[in-house]
Amino acid sequence: MDPECSQLLPALCAVLADPKQPVADDTCLEKLLDWFKTITEAGSSLLLLQENPCLVELLCHVLKPQGLSARVLSFSLHLAGVFAAQESCFQYLQQAELLPGLFGEAGPLGQAAWSAPTVRSGWIQGLRSLAQHPSALPFLADCGALDTIFSLQGDSSLFVASAAGQLLVHILGLSLQGPAEGPPSPQTCDWPVCAQKIVGHIEGSLRSMATPQVTQALNVLTTTFGHCHGPWTQVLWEQLSPLVACLLQEDPLPAAHSLVDLLLSVARSPVLSSSDCGLWETLAQTLRRLSPAQAGPLALGILKLQDCPQALRAQAFGVLLQPLACVLTAADQAPGPPGLPEGTTGDSVTVDTLLSSKSACAGLLCQTLAHLELLQPLPQRPSPWPQAPLLGAAVTILRFCNGSAAPASDVGGRLCAILVGCVRVQRAALDFLGALAQETGPQELVTQVSAVLLEYLRSPDSSPTVLKKAFQATLRWLLSSPRAPGCCDLDPDTQLFLRELLPVLRKRLCSPCWEVRDSGLEFLTQVTRHWGGQAGFRHTLLASEVPELAKQLLRDPESYVRASAVTAVGQLSSQGLHATAASPEQLGGQKESLLAELLHVLSTDSEGFPRRAAMQVFTEWLRDHHADVAEDTEQFVARVLQAASRDLDWEVRAQGLELALVFLAQTLGQPSARCPYAVAAPQATPPGPLAQVLRALSRVRLFEFAFRALFDCDRLVAQKSCDLLLFLRAQATPSGGLQEAEGSPDVVPVEAALQRWQAGEQGEPLGDLEPEAVLAVLRSLDLEGLRGALAESSDHVEKSPQSLLQDMLATVGVRGENQADCY
Amino acid sequence: MKLYCLSGHPTLPCNVLKFKSTTIMLDCGLDMTSTLNFLPLPLVQSPRLSNLPGWSLKDGNAFLDKELKECSGHVFVDSVPEFCLPETELIDLSTVDVILISNYHCMMALPYITEHTGFTGTVYATEPTVQIGRLLMEELVNFIERVPKAQSASLWKNKDIQRLLPSPLKDAVEVSTWRRCYTMQEVNSALSKIQLVGYSQKIELFGAVQVTPLSSGYALGSSNWIIQSHYEKVSYVSGSSLLTTHPQPMDQASLKNSDVLVLTGLTQIPTANPDGMVGEFCSNLALTVRNGGNVLVPCYPSGVIYDLLECLYQYIDSAGLSNIPFYFISPVANSSLEFSQIFAEWLCHNKQTKVYLPEPPFPHAELIQTNKLRHYPSIHGDFSNDFRQPCVVFTGHPSLRFGDVVHFMELWGKSSLNTVIFTEPDFSYLEALAPYQPLAMKCIYCPIDTRLNFIQVSKLLKEVQPLHVVCPEQYTQPPPAQSHRMDLMIDCQPPAMSYRRAEVLALPFKRLFEKIEIMPEPPPRPAPPTSGKKRKRASEDIPDCKVLKPLLSGSIPVEQFVQTLEKHGFSDVKVEDTAKGHIVLLQEAETLIQIEEDSTHIICDNDEMLRVRLRDLVLKFLQKF
Repeated sequence: MDPECSQLLPALCAVLADPKQPVADDTCLEKLLDWFKTITEAGSSLLLLQENPCLVELLCHVLKPQGLSARVLSFSLHLAGVFAAQESCFQYLQQAELLPGLFGEAGPLGQAAWSAPTVRSGWIQGLRSLAQHPSALPFLADCGALDTIFSLQGDSSLFVASAAGQLLVHILGLSLQGPAEGPPSPQTCDWPVCAQKIVGHIEGSLRSMATPQVTQALNVLTTTFGHCHGPWTQVLWEQLSPLVACLLQEDPLPAAHSLVDLLLSVARSPVLSSSDCGLWETLAQTLRRLSPAQAGPLALGILKLQDCPQALRAQAFGVLLQPLACVLTAADQAPGPPGLPEGTTGDSVTVDTLLSSKSACAGLLCQTLAHLELLQPLPQRPSPWPQAPLLGAAVTILRFCNGSAAPASDVGGRLCAILVGCVRVQRAALDFLGALAQETGPQELVTQVSAVLLEYLRSPDSSPTVLKKAFQATLRWLLSSPRAPGCCDLDPDTQLFLRELLPVLRKRLCSPCWEVRDSGLEFLTQVTRHWGGQAGFRHTLLASEVPELAKQLLRDPESYVRASAVTAVGQLSSQGLHATAASPEQLGGQKESLLAELLHVLSTDSEGFPRRAAMQVFTEWLRDHHADVAEDTEQFVARVLQAASRDLDWEVRAQGLELALVFLAQTLGQPSARCPYAVAAPQATPPGPLAQVLRALSRVRLFEFAFRALFDCDRLVAQKSCDLLLFLRAQATPSGGLQEAEGSPDVVPVEAALQRWQAGEQGEPLGDLEPEAVLAVLRSLDLEGLRGALAESSDHVEKSPQSLLQDMLATVGVRGENQADCY
Repeated sequence: MKLYCLSGHPTLPCNVLKFKSTTIMLDCGLDMTSTLNFLPLPLVQSPRLSNLPGWSLKDGNAFLDKELKECSGHVFVDSVPEFCLPETELIDLSTVDVILISNYHCMMALPYITEHTGFTGTVYATEPTVQIGRLLMEELVNFIERVPKAQSASLWKNKDIQRLLPSPLKDAVEVSTWRRCYTMQEVNSALSKIQLVGYSQKIELFGAVQVTPLSSGYALGSSNWIIQSHYEKVSYVSGSSLLTTHPQPMDQASLKNSDVLVLTGLTQIPTANPDGMVGEFCSNLALTVRNGGNVLVPCYPSGVIYDLLECLYQYIDSAGLSNIPFYFISPVANSSLEFSQIFAEWLCHNKQTKVYLPEPPFPHAELIQTNKLRHYPSIHGDFSNDFRQPCVVFTGHPSLRFGDVVHFMELWGKSSLNTVIFTEPDFSYLEALAPYQPLAMKCIYCPIDTRLNFIQVSKLLKEVQPLHVVCPEQYTQPPPAQSHRMDLMIDCQPPAMSYRRAEVLALPFKRLFEKIEIMPEPPPRPAPPTSGKKRKRASEDIPDCKVLKPLLSGSIPVEQFVQTLEKHGFSDVKVEDTAKGHIVLLQEAETLIQIEEDSTHIICDNDEMLRVRLRDLVLKFLQKF
């Protein structure tokens, strides 16, 4: 510890020990603890205590029954634990009778302060820090802490209860990892006392069959098997698994969710899953025993396991597919849904769950769909993957939800009545349908998918969130659609689908609901990005009114929609799709007006989103050598940078630097590291001599923009500008042709302007700059140093321990003065 | 307690409730779908309509060609349109004491009832209902009277001839009772019989029954009614809405604890969600106008149009439609727009608070001020000077058979740029369009019906828990076109009792208590009624003159009774015990005597002599007083 802190510490400890001077802020106590932790990790705790006796005094103070605030009490308990984590210091505190006083029954445990959850939490955290060495174990066993921890498992504060469970796991792990070198004793009765006590408690809880106790025991075991992988865990599981199996006989099953977590944790443990300890049999039995909603997570967990018996995997997959099988059966009169793995028929329990209530039905279906969506991309997913029946099920659910299915059975009719208009299920099914687009299916089903997606996109009843999902699913299916063989254009079915889709999109872009217009534009952007080059798509899109409507939405009253419209028309224009070519003069006029219109958005829109979108579009246009930009790139960049430099939104300014970087890379003739795909650029505009390039940069006022940004009040903008200037310096300096060739350039006005900017005066513009002057300024600036300073977090100056201690003392001091004023 | 069902239309109900010696008519709806069988009445001479070929029978017989015209395979009656009235024969309508009106759409048959049936009672309705109802009637009369038609067709109504006609004329019901529209004089006379009421106002009927209107949330001044006596409560729910539109929200709490809940006027399009439909309406409108086309919205002059104008008010700027004129053409357009702004106390909370600012509650005032919305009484006059295309026109009548809409259909029907958007759910749009075929203009069907749907009904019923629900038969099964949609019907326990046109329903009341007052002295003989103003019950006053039947009491000891029977020559008497008493069986005579705690029945086949003999034997065991 540095001497300054050592000097401050006694005063602080005195303040903490004084109940009349309450500490206002919890976070500074937390910071103090963190600081002590770093000190004790680096050096000896014993030495620290000996050098700073005030700390021991503070701990002793806690023992006295006086009204210390709960926060300080909690802090002190935790602090004692942090010190006692080192064995030498532990002994020292033991000898001083401090530890039993703090953590034993004589301490806060018996006092009124114990009723505060923060004190109980501090007590547990203290013990958790303390229990790092074997000598702590006898202490824990003797001072009766274990029993207290057992009771805290059921604490009213969830944080305390959870920490108590974790502490038990930690103690168990500590007591068994230590001295026993050989294989662990096959009997837990030969284990250390602490371990025996804990195991005994867990056994008792499991036998009690009372849900809260069983849940606590199962949670402790779950954490144990999840974190500890010593050979002893096998002994523990062998001893406890019969008790766990007994739980399965109970009706109703206590703590089903915790049981699932435990079994999965056991199955994932490298020690346990490799041994044959009846685990697979228990899992199979549990799958049979759990209700459909409870069995889903277990089945998913089993299927995610790397190695598990094939039969169990099949059973789990069957369980997972159960609800969808029910849906398929309900929609169809056929006895068993075709294509699903054998044995997967909708059983009556699942049917009963589905029909019991709307919420149960929606819950089970959403869970199943989400699980299958998670499973679908995994390498260990079941094979063969039943793509066709899953597609069928998703389509059927969607049809039940919009009332277009004609169920053949009574169950189907009731299911339809429950699901009709259920937005939650619609969203889940559309997500799942979208995920299934990774692979194709039988043509007949793909046609049905297209039909049902169109139904949802068309339906006036689709809620905005459902529509968004429908657009996303449609996009995924469209992009996965096969190309016609031997031709790079879209296949006829897709072409047909597009012809039906675009009028729907057109109508959606006119929706009075802004979310709908927004989703429509996002879809348009995405599909254009991927298919802008396809003749079939271009033709259909241009024949629709969609591009005109998108342009119209640049003036939408909702800023999100305007932003999406900017992105969409930018994308359309990149692909040459923005005009319908009604007449040649109109064509030219429209082109000009689009750039002007986006510049108008950038300079006048009252909201940040559209302006950010415009900057992104401009950057992309510049990068891709958009025709409008290429006409007069310098003028374009100058206008954009001018607008961006005045923007109040830091993201717009940062994006401006991005655009500047792209321009820089293009004019300097070297592909920027940030745009590795722009390799074609140098050929398009061969680099001129450096002076010429710098003059061009000066003409577009890039330097002024970058220098201003260097002193931006937003750190990220300044950082970006720093990177840009460093890149420029690196590019310009080695060539060195201009270096002090014609005498020293006049850098005084530039440096004066920079100083003014740094001081926060933004008004003064910089005149035209000579390349030499720029280079000279670049060289004179300590850009590396600036970058280092900017890389530090904004509070790095205020973060030192010394300032923390000073702050804490200062707040108390102020408080004292205020009190004096009151008298 | 009985319910007489006079209308088969679930949203245009007309029922009569006999309750506690009062006769109450619940609503007075007029089924105007009959007009769909008639040719449109063009405001301006239409060569197309006047040159339609006459219809002739298959054998070439053309005796009906003056009355029936053919258009694109459909046959229409070429005559003044006629309406299908509520049933008038089921019950003597002169005995109706009061008529309760629930909303302005459900009073359109009022003049037929009050003016032509000997009705002498009172009609109760809220003020907006009466005022807007008057506007609707005025518009209807105006639409029909301003296009006088000399010809009246009646030959086709002959039952033998009707059988030969093609559908749907062949299947039209009760054509003989179809009537022409009433006159303005009849309307005024009918409306003069209305007494205005306010929500939650309690109205005593003859001291026997109390009726109370409650807000139903569907339209300005629309109400549900509570009809209660001391121990019984009937709720009449007709045309209610739980959506947040312009009217005051529905009062559900007061419907609790009903013995019987009569449920009518649910949404006619249960699969269409009004919000989605408004979105559809706006999108289609924008697309048409953007392409230079005109939009025609056939509508009533009040109701959903207020909400549509409000939506458009918010929408037109975002859709770039600020320069498009909106025209509202109706003889009552001006009054309708102005009335809506003055009934502040009947509006939803949001709109009420605007009045205190003070601002007009509806934004259409601003649309009018900025000249974006213009209204005219008809296409003649100022409108023709101001008319500018492309535009949006709101005008009636939604049946497309009369009113200014006929003119626009003829004018715009030929161009595929134009669109007609149907928002009123009362008429099938395909049938409405039939006499205009072939039609090039686009047709969009966005029915906006804010009345309760089945999900809302099931929530409502769970909330108010009536003992019994009575509803039109259409609500007890899924719609015929979607027979698998089990969610599109009323699902309640016990199952709802259903009624259909011309049916009489005995309501399932279990009368446990009755409040009576006992006077120490026998009451003086009531003087014969002097005037029949309130209690004109000629038939029921007669009992005074009849000899009073004595009352009987006592119980019948079965064994003694059997002995008596045997004494009187019935030898084959058998006695069976039942749950409630005994059945005495006379096998040879094939006769039953059913003796229960509170009733005794003698059931014999058409043998009056035997019955009287047995009755007298039974009476021997009972005391008279």
